[in-house]
Order: sequence, then structure tokens, then C-alpha cells
Amino acid sequence: MKIRTFSYSQLDTFVHRLSGLSKLVCFLLLTSAIMLTYDIRIILGIMILSFAMMRVAKIRYSQIRLMLIYVMAFLVVNFFLTYVFEPEYGVQIYGTKHVLFSFGGSYTVTQEQLFYQFTKLFKYLSVIPLGIIFVLTTNPSEFASSLNGVGVSYKICTALSLTLRYFPDVADDYNTIALAQQARGVEMSSKAKMTERLKRSASILIPLIMTTMDRIELISNAMDLRGYGKHRKRTWYARKPLKKADYISMAVSLAVLVFTLYVRLCINHSIYYNPFI
Amino acid sequence: MKGFSTKAIVATGLGAAIFLVLFMYVKVPSPVPETNLQLAYGVSAFFAAVFGPMPGFLVAFVGHALSDFLTYGSPWWSWVFASGVSALVIGFGATKIGTAVEQGRFEKSEIISFAIYCVIANAIAWLVVAPVLDIVLYSEPVKTVVLQGIVAWILDSIVSIVIGGILLKAYASTKTGEGSLKKNG
Repeated sequence: MKIRTFSYSQLDTFVHRLSGLSKLVCFLLLTSAIMLTYDIRIILGIMILSFAMMRVAKIRYSQIRLMLIYVMAFLVVNFFLTYVFEPEYGVQIYGTKHVLFSFGGSYTVTQEQLFYQFTKLFKYLSVIPLGIIFVLTTNPSEFASSLNGVGVSYKICTALSLTLRYFPDVADDYNTIALAQQARGVEMSSKAKMTERLKRSASILIPLIMTTMDRIELISNAMDLRGYGKHRKRTWYARKPLKKADYISMAVSLAVLVFTLYVRLCINHSIYYNPFI
Repeated sequence: MKGFSTKAIVATGLGAAIFLVLFMYVKVPSPVPETNLQLAYGVSAFFAAVFGPMPGFLVAFVGHALSDFLTYGSPWWSWVFASGVSALVIGFGATKIGTAVEQGRFEKSEIISFAIYCVIANAIAWLVVAPVLDIVLYSEPVKTVVLQGIVAWILDSIVSIVIGGILLKAYASTKTGEGSLKKNG
């Protein structure tokens, strides 16, 4: 098992200079905009914007190669599943039926279905760069402080930064225990039966949970000794003050969201954009 | 959040880290083709039972959201939220089990009620929350999400009961109960 952790790289670009808080706000605003629309024009617009931002942030292909493979696999499977289960969904939505060809029987390919499925494909695809930009250009320690900035309780933010801090340690522990158990002959592959596999994986999880319980005791004692949680507020070492560029990017993202809602409510009168009528 | 002890916060953080590692890297193939058993749901069930509903919710929610961020670049919020809900409901149901485990007891009656809570919690999460949010937020076709929900419900219930149960049993055996010491007459 090879542990791959994300590679945050410290660069000096426009996107890196933005505060983590404004990147989080932009990410949430733009992804909600995409969530709330099925209009391919808006989706493509946001997609172009986000791919341009990826260029600005100097994100290299090698950094995101694995992610892209997972995403493509997901998209392909989703594309075919949608067709197999709901081959007439597009016809239902758009109300017209232009048959392109048929596989025989009731399985036909219609323009409406293809249009619906490609809209959906781009809808998923356009969210990906936004998340990638946020994760790869935000300092992990700033991540928690930016969540606190949008109003999440600081105790939850501490939990989150502990997660990010201990993720590599837990992954290492898991790896060590798994190797030790395999050396003692614990079969984890598909050769064993399902119930057997479940029981055997417990032989790795039990030591992992026990070491973690000890660690929880240790860390929480250390934090208590330093008076953690005495006050209602906390300041963050890694928080960046907001600058002009931050306000502008948040305003632009908000404008995109408002525009999306305007198009949905006043122009299309539905979540879908219908070119067939 | 005021009643959150330091220990619960640290447990949440480290629990989410375990959830994240298992969710991202540990795939146990299941009998249903192209699906995996997510051992992580056993861990979130364990943390929910021991530390309560809110830490349980956050372990699953944060772990799942980060895993989505790191594998797909962007979280699939409806399922992330449903993961959290499954642990939240176990946490609400299992307060009594948590106290029993702290005193070193995880016997037949606790195991049975834990299993029942797991089935109910996963039903709420995967048969109600996930499909409804999928349809409302993402306008997914009904048939696909319901089918995915049923598969997730069955597999995740099995994992939470078996893995969660084994972990609770192991943890309970490290605890000593009240009145376990006897005076040597």
C-alpha cells in the first residue's frame, strides 16, 4: 500500500496570495452555483473560469494526475449507469423526443438524453478544478482558521487541524500493523470469504484503535494542561488578513451565484435549460 | 459545542484521521461487483458509541469530505452528509452502550441493541437522507439513487455491526467495571 498525501506547494501566485477564508468562500459559492443549475451555458462558463484559475495557480499535471484518473473512472461509470437505468430521462425533462438511433427494443438514444447526460458530465467536471485549487493552494494550517472564519466553532476547527496533522501518522501506523499481520499470515485478499476478511481486517483495526486511544489521552492531557478551551474565542497563527483581492474574488463568486439563480428563476423558469422548444 | 470536552475534540480529530485513511486506502472487496466494504463505517460507529453523537457525526463527515477532496477534488455533499448522519444516529441511540463499554461491559444485550441502532441509523442515512439530498441538491434520477442507497444500506450495516462490534468488545475488555475488586477474605 502506497500512501499518497496531497502535495501542497508554496508558490507566489495570485491564488496562493488569497486568504484561505476567501478561497473557501469562493469554493462554496461557485460549487453551490453549479449545484443549483442544469444550464450547460453557465456550467461551461464556470468550467472555463476554474480551469483558467488552475493555470493561474500553476498547478502541474503531475500533481493531479491520480485525481483525474479517479474522476474519469467515476464519470464514465456514472454516464453508463445513468443511461442503463434511465434511458428516457432526457425525454421526460425536455418534453420532446428526437430519436438518433436505437439498440433494438425499448433502448433508444435520443438527442434529449445525450444533451442531459453531457450537461451532467460537465456539471461534475466543472466542480473538480475548484476543489483542487482550494486543496492544493491552501496551507493546511490555514485551512482550519479559514473554516473558523466562516463561523464554524473553533473546537471543530481544532479537531479538523488535528485530523490533517495526524493523518500521515495514522496512515503509517496502519501500514506497519498491516505488514506485521500479513507477515503472520493474515490473508486480506479476495481469496478469503467476506466474513473472514471482515474478521481479519479487525486484527489490524484493533491495535490501531488501541494506540489511537492512548494517543487521544496523551494529546488531550497536554492540551488541557495548556488551558485549551478556557475561552470562547481563539486566534489563529496561520490566518491571513483580508486584502482587496480577497474582497474582489468573493464578490465575483457571489455575482456568479446570483446570476445563476437569476437565469434559473427568471429566464429558464426551471433548473434545466431547454434548447428543444 | 460548549459541552465539548478536550478529550472529545481530540478523539474527533484522530477518529476522522483513521476514517480518512481507511476510506481512502483500505478497500475490502464485497460480493456485489464493483463495490467495496468501507471498513471506515465500523470506526465511525465505534467513535459514535464511545464519544457520543456529535463526535461520531464529525468523524464520518470530516473523514468522508476530506477523502472526497483528496480523491475527486470535490466532495459529493449528499453522501458526505449521509455518512455523518449514520454515525449521528448511532451516537444518539448508543449512549447507554457507551457507558456500559466504559465499565467493561459489552455483552449480549448491548450487542443486540447496538446492531439494531446500526441498522436503523444506516437506513435513515442511505434510504432517506442520501437519496433525498441527491434528488434535491443534484437532481439525480430517482431509480439510480434508490438502488445505490439500498446497496449502501446493506453493506454499511454489516460493516458497522461487525467491525464496530469487534472494536467495542476489544475496547470494553481493556476497561475494568465497578466493583470488580474483591476483598480477599
